Amino acid sequence: MSQAVLEPDAAASRGMDLLRFATAGSVDDGKSTLIGRLLFDTKTIFADQLEAVEAASASRGDEYTNLALLTDGLRAEREQGITIDVAYRYFATPRRKFIIADTPGHIQYTRNMVTGASTADLALILVDARKGLVEQSRRHAFLTSLLRVPHLVLCVNKMDLVDWDQKVFERIADEFTSFAAKLDAPDLTIIPISALNGDNIATRSENTPWYEGPSLLHHLEHVHIASDRNLVDVRFPVQYVIRPQSTTVTDYRGYAGQVASGILKPGDDVMVLPSGMTSTISSIDTADGPVDEAFPPMSVTVRLADEIDISRGDMICRPHNAPTPVQDVEAMVCWMDETAPLRVGGKYAIKHTTRTARAVVRGLQYRLDVNTLHRDETAGELALNEIGRVKLRTTVPLLADEYRRNRTTGGFILIDETTNRTVGAGMIIEAR
Amino acid sequence: MSQTKPYRVSHLDALEAESIFVMREVMAEFERPVLLFSGGKDSIVMLRLAEKAFAPARIPFPVMHVDTGHNFPEVLEYRDRRVASLGLNLVVASVQEAIDTGLVRELPDGTRNRIQTPVLLNAVEKYRFDALFGGARRDEEKARAKERMFSFRDEFGQWDPKNQRPELWGLYNGRHHPGESIRVFPLSNWTELDVWHYIAKEQIPLPSIYYAHDREVVERGGMFYAVNEFIRLRDGETSEVRRVRYRTVGDASQTAAVLSDADTVDKVIDEVAATRITERGATRGDDKVSEAAMEDRKREGYF
Repeated sequence: MSQAVLEPDAAASRGMDLLRFATAGSVDDGKSTLIGRLLFDTKTIFADQLEAVEAASASRGDEYTNLALLTDGLRAEREQGITIDVAYRYFATPRRKFIIADTPGHIQYTRNMVTGASTADLALILVDARKGLVEQSRRHAFLTSLLRVPHLVLCVNKMDLVDWDQKVFERIADEFTSFAAKLDAPDLTIIPISALNGDNIATRSENTPWYEGPSLLHHLEHVHIASDRNLVDVRFPVQYVIRPQSTTVTDYRGYAGQVASGILKPGDDVMVLPSGMTSTISSIDTADGPVDEAFPPMSVTVRLADEIDISRGDMICRPHNAPTPVQDVEAMVCWMDETAPLRVGGKYAIKHTTRTARAVVRGLQYRLDVNTLHRDETAGELALNEIGRVKLRTTVPLLADEYRRNRTTGGFILIDETTNRTVGAGMIIEAR
Repeated sequence: MSQTKPYRVSHLDALEAESIFVMREVMAEFERPVLLFSGGKDSIVMLRLAEKAFAPARIPFPVMHVDTGHNFPEVLEYRDRRVASLGLNLVVASVQEAIDTGLVRELPDGTRNRIQTPVLLNAVEKYRFDALFGGARRDEEKARAKERMFSFRDEFGQWDPKNQRPELWGLYNGRHHPGESIRVFPLSNWTELDVWHYIAKEQIPLPSIYYAHDREVVERGGMFYAVNEFIRLRDGETSEVRRVRYRTVGDASQTAAVLSDADTVDKVIDEVAATRITERGATRGDDKVSEAAMEDRKREGYF
């Protein structure tokens, strides 16, 4: 199998696409070492960064260059040797640009992993080959499936420390596969690696002749993500109305937004929610001129043939494929606020696509134990990092789809109206 | 029915779409946004994205330059030309004026990076700006890697890294009380190379100092500083004319040039792709102060 050329070639990179992935695991699993290795092997670590990390490692008395210091940027993190927050890292190969949402394994793990996974095309979970699956691995796999991340990679790390034993790898792989099957899990790939030594990271390792699959980087470069997007259901949340106040451009009225799903074309019949008025797309504009179609994640400006009253928060759909405006929704909610729990009767601001409303918690059906998947139906509240099935009633209708069908029109955030903090993230199960 | 079209967008198109989305969110949800414009390449790209986000309408907010008074003339000239051609309002928050009126005091070493912050905050208060677009990228620096797209600032303009709002999907929370503000970084997910590819793709003109030219420079600590009214030769130093270009444009007394023959955008891209030193590491005296220099400045309300 031929391997990729790793230097991000200047000319080729204009045709690259973008893959966002989230990593989960603790320092002990070798996650930082793995990320450091990916950056190093793709020549993304710069000499001055490496020097700074080497100097910092030496002054801390670390026995080896601690690549975790590359990502732990905040003073408190370095002082306490922990990762507090989601860190974003970037690297590229000639095929793809990668955005890593690096989420810490321990502190506030759920909140951070949910945040990182919300925009991810792929999630990467690490386990230590000596320890096998631990509670945390199952939790990470569950959150990946809850957030509907389409692709999952399990890296069985530190294979060098178990003498590259195929049986060890297969036992972990089998156990994880059967657990993942219960989760409605996405496309799964399992790779034996040594992050420290670089085995099966950028190139396939000679230490695993029994392993038939790709190296990690080869998989990241080639995993097929184009079909993950929903190109069927036209959903165009109106973000902003463009009406130039100018003498040169007159009578222009365009609806600006980012295509959430589906393909829009000039001439298409459309319906606008919540009014239900119908019209036809007369033009799809960009600053570079009109286009003959728009699909996710394009940001465009849509013009309609008829004058209809449309404002921010409305949604352009197709007449026979549109969400039903709903004020009662059931959702899995991840609570993210340490200052106060979610309680039945609590009122919050809710932001869903480009629409903001208020919501009251009508019920908490159960709290989910993310480690055992046990449902506690007696729970009265959700504290920080807890997840539960919640019933909400909103002040105005939401134009929502089920999250499993549409990650953009199925997700929302809850905001505390006093502190203005983002306190919860929701994934709609049922909208009716 | 099989789908033959890939419906694929390039990474640059995806980044552009995300940045445009962010700018429109701000315009829709805030009263008084402003775009921080230094004349550096990142703010130039940001201005281009703003132009695209609201076309065919004009950019619906003013731009603000926090002017340290230590400028490259090519950059000021570029700023004025660009602002005029877009028909924008330019607000200049002048550090020199703030020194003259006693708002801030000149530091003994004459550097003005740190005293920019009160000048910026003063202007924010005066004009009641509630959203400030900045061109910072997460790949620039470790503290920036953990910054949000919408970064909340209290009434003192301070950033609290341990108390940031989670950002999920494309749902940005810009809520704030009067006096508080949000810094918005539409280029968060861009790298230096992405910025250059975009400049090439969009054929965006830049101030000439970004391309290789001959300049009288003095070498200090491995960096090459232009000899001019802000940087004078110290005893024992000698200057020489070298072929250089600037990789970043900041305060003229703090920003160093790099040796380079790259006099076109394509040559710059080749150079950036091959370089082994980060842009701030290669060119910014102000970031070398300590491991947490950027974090400390951001906490105080820096960009």
